[in-house]
Amino acid sequence: MLSEIVFYVNDKKTVFSGNPLTRLIDVLRDDLHLTGVKEGCGEGECGACSVLKDGKLVTSCIIPVGAVNGSHIYTIEGIRDTEKGKCIVDAFVEGGAVQCGFCIPGMVMAAYALLESNPHPDDEAIRQGISGNICRCTGYDLIVESIKLASERGGALWEK
Amino acid sequence: MPATGINDRIVRVDAAAKARGEAKYACDYTFPDMLYAYMIRSSIPRGTIDSIDMPNLPEGYYFISAKDIPPEGKNELWMIAKDWRCFADGDVRFVGETIGLLVGPDRNMLKYLSEHIEIKYTEMEPAISINDAIALKGGPIVGSDNVMCQLFVEKGKPMEEVFREADSVFEETIETGFQEHVHLETNAAIATIEDGKYTIYASAQCPFYISKAVAGLLGLEQKDIVIKQTTTGGAFGGKEHFPDVLCGPLLVAEYKIRKPIKLIFDREEDMLYSVKRHPSKITLKTALDKDGNILGIDGLVYYNGGPYLSGTYVVLQRGVFHANGVYDIPNTYVKGIGIATNTFPSDAFRGFGAPQTLFAIETHMEHIAKKFGFDPAEYKSRYFLKKDSETITNGHIIERVMLPEMLEKVATASDYWRKSKEYKTGEGRGIGISFYNHGGAFTGNGEQAIIKAHARLVKTGDRVRIEVGSTEMGQGFQTTLRKIAAATLGISIEQIDYDNPDTSKVPDSGPTAASRSTMIVGRLVQRCGEEMKERWNEGDFSVEKEYEHPEGHPWNQETFRGDAYLGYGWGCAAVEVEADKLTNEIKVVGIWSCHDIGHAIDELIVHGQVNGGIVQSLGYASMEKMENRKGYFKQTSMSDYVIPTSMDFPKQEWSLVENPYEWGPFGAKGMGELVFNGADAAYIDAVERALGITVHKIPMPPEDIEEALDAE
Repeated sequence: MLSEIVFYVNDKKTVFSGNPLTRLIDVLRDDLHLTGVKEGCGEGECGACSVLKDGKLVTSCIIPVGAVNGSHIYTIEGIRDTEKGKCIVDAFVEGGAVQCGFCIPGMVMAAYALLESNPHPDDEAIRQGISGNICRCTGYDLIVESIKLASERGGALWEK
Repeated sequence: MPATGINDRIVRVDAAAKARGEAKYACDYTFPDMLYAYMIRSSIPRGTIDSIDMPNLPEGYYFISAKDIPPEGKNELWMIAKDWRCFADGDVRFVGETIGLLVGPDRNMLKYLSEHIEIKYTEMEPAISINDAIALKGGPIVGSDNVMCQLFVEKGKPMEEVFREADSVFEETIETGFQEHVHLETNAAIATIEDGKYTIYASAQCPFYISKAVAGLLGLEQKDIVIKQTTTGGAFGGKEHFPDVLCGPLLVAEYKIRKPIKLIFDREEDMLYSVKRHPSKITLKTALDKDGNILGIDGLVYYNGGPYLSGTYVVLQRGVFHANGVYDIPNTYVKGIGIATNTFPSDAFRGFGAPQTLFAIETHMEHIAKKFGFDPAEYKSRYFLKKDSETITNGHIIERVMLPEMLEKVATASDYWRKSKEYKTGEGRGIGISFYNHGGAFTGNGEQAIIKAHARLVKTGDRVRIEVGSTEMGQGFQTTLRKIAAATLGISIEQIDYDNPDTSKVPDSGPTAASRSTMIVGRLVQRCGEEMKERWNEGDFSVEKEYEHPEGHPWNQETFRGDAYLGYGWGCAAVEVEADKLTNEIKVVGIWSCHDIGHAIDELIVHGQVNGGIVQSLGYASMEKMENRKGYFKQTSMSDYVIPTSMDFPKQEWSLVENPYEWGPFGAKGMGELVFNGADAAYIDAVERALGITVHKIPMPPEDIEEALDAE
């Protein structure tokens, strides 16, 4: 079954013609070359492929492209140069949150979704907010600290 | 640009590109006309291959197997030995052994075709556990007794004499399980031909290991194969020898097909069909006097190696050399055996054999202390190694040992002494403590005799390029090494370049393993920098240095006697837990650590390593259960094999002691593995105290805790 799916990726209108069961991650990585979206597990467990779908954090490896018709999708490429995206990326870089880096684009997306809904989270809320994103390197402490830093530095930015 | 000082807080050089999603990992590379590969593997643990029935392959699809190796080549991967075959041929020895590579343009078609390959086997009874292998279940896999490798060390008096003098003997057997690396980036490599040379892009720790391992498949020499390391998304030992197992078949496919070919494991493949940490079975028999003082320890250490040697002998050696932990045991004899089974070959994993024996000795010492009514920390501290103490290999500790200071720091931060006394055993709350070390770099004179590491600095104008074979895999070496070069030269880190290694362009600095990179390669770069600084005004030039072993520290690699390690990292960790007595869920409420790594080159990077290593170790002890049933791993995905999330462990408190190492750059020693080596034992100590149980194995997820409670 072929169908035409229209959605927006990083504000760009995207038309997908093909099997609607194609995974969103494959469309993003293979067709749109958005390789900041990483595949860590292929079953929605690790969060490396996290993107925003209509403002909500989702794992693009278990979403069929047919399910995003009409949606707005943001990937790391779409937020990294925005004021909010830069705020998080800078905090991660300076705060020592990055080691091997494979989970980090997804982790930045999780931080973004968290700060959008809770501009000044405490440690517990941050740990909750990234609990769907697995990191094997850092033990999470410096990621948590970096998100706190982004929240403090961003200040009113996150309340907009 | 201001010069970078070694203690300046700087920003990690690779962080921004990674956080912005711009760093290119192996999966992100594409080439014109690129094909994909899918590995066809053995589906039984042991037997002979009777037939392989292939479906009709569409045009442009290939099946590559042992028969595609040219006559001048040999079907073997040269790791430490050459026993691991590139392709199974005639027989198979473990589930997941490579039989062939399907290659073609469409990944879905490859999967479809793979499901239509019919391989018929005559099955044999496999040996899965260490006990199976000792009992020669199904007949020997290796030699006549399944012993792949063995060694012993001894110190002091003969053990018969020691046990004759003993008032009592305390004996127990402690077992540790498989552990899967779960680097977030799965194994991946791409083979192609560039400038007429076979070229492999690989997610790997040791590019020179790959070219050495695979060249012989085509009858070529190591220099004929070019390896380019791609940004590596975690490794932890899992990409030390194992990339050879991907790159070998890929090279043979490249020889036949001559187009770019990409092989990426999905998570299930990476979970089921990759190397793991060696499971162990360690028996410690300790001779004691009437007051509970240790007269001597007799140890027997088994590591499950799988059917091929890979890194097992070296892993086992390190295990045996760490078998007395951080303690000066007056008399000891420890024998280690690497035993062959029909499980996936075990190989390097952060700690490299030391975590198993360290867990065993820590837990054993703690059990003895409790038996005689001593506080475990106090009891263990009586035996701390000191400068000049004789080691288990009859060498000496040649540095100051700061364990007493480290214990004090951790005890103060955690309020250990009060909690240890006040928390009553079995009442749901417990604190545990452990001590550990890790010998830096290759054992003995291996750095000089085996590795012969080289490093080079190249000056062009006011920029300096570092040329080494060492890799960044997340541990921060791109930053650490640049910082060492900049601080030595008295220039800014911005003026230093250091690319992911390409084996055709850089000298072999030895593997990125054994916590040796900062200590050994960092020191080489420092020496290059010292000369370059003196000659700075000579224009453009390069300086290359080879490793030189400090004199006066003999080592005999035949008898395993002498100074095994010149500089150890040292550690102390405390863990506090609360146990839910209904569900047996353990909640960790506090983690404290102190480490001696000489001098920290970059404290923020060290902070991240400490946190990450300790969480991996706590996962190993608590939740990371990988079971092998009849040759098949039971845990196939990240939902069955659970590794720690952000919710599992609390924020850590950590500290360092300053103890500069004479032969390290700016006083630095190794640290990447050290921080894995001890939190497991502290956790188990805490769990035992909280629940009033005695533990003899890890991991201990809730269901195993329940079993232990029932046994009490």
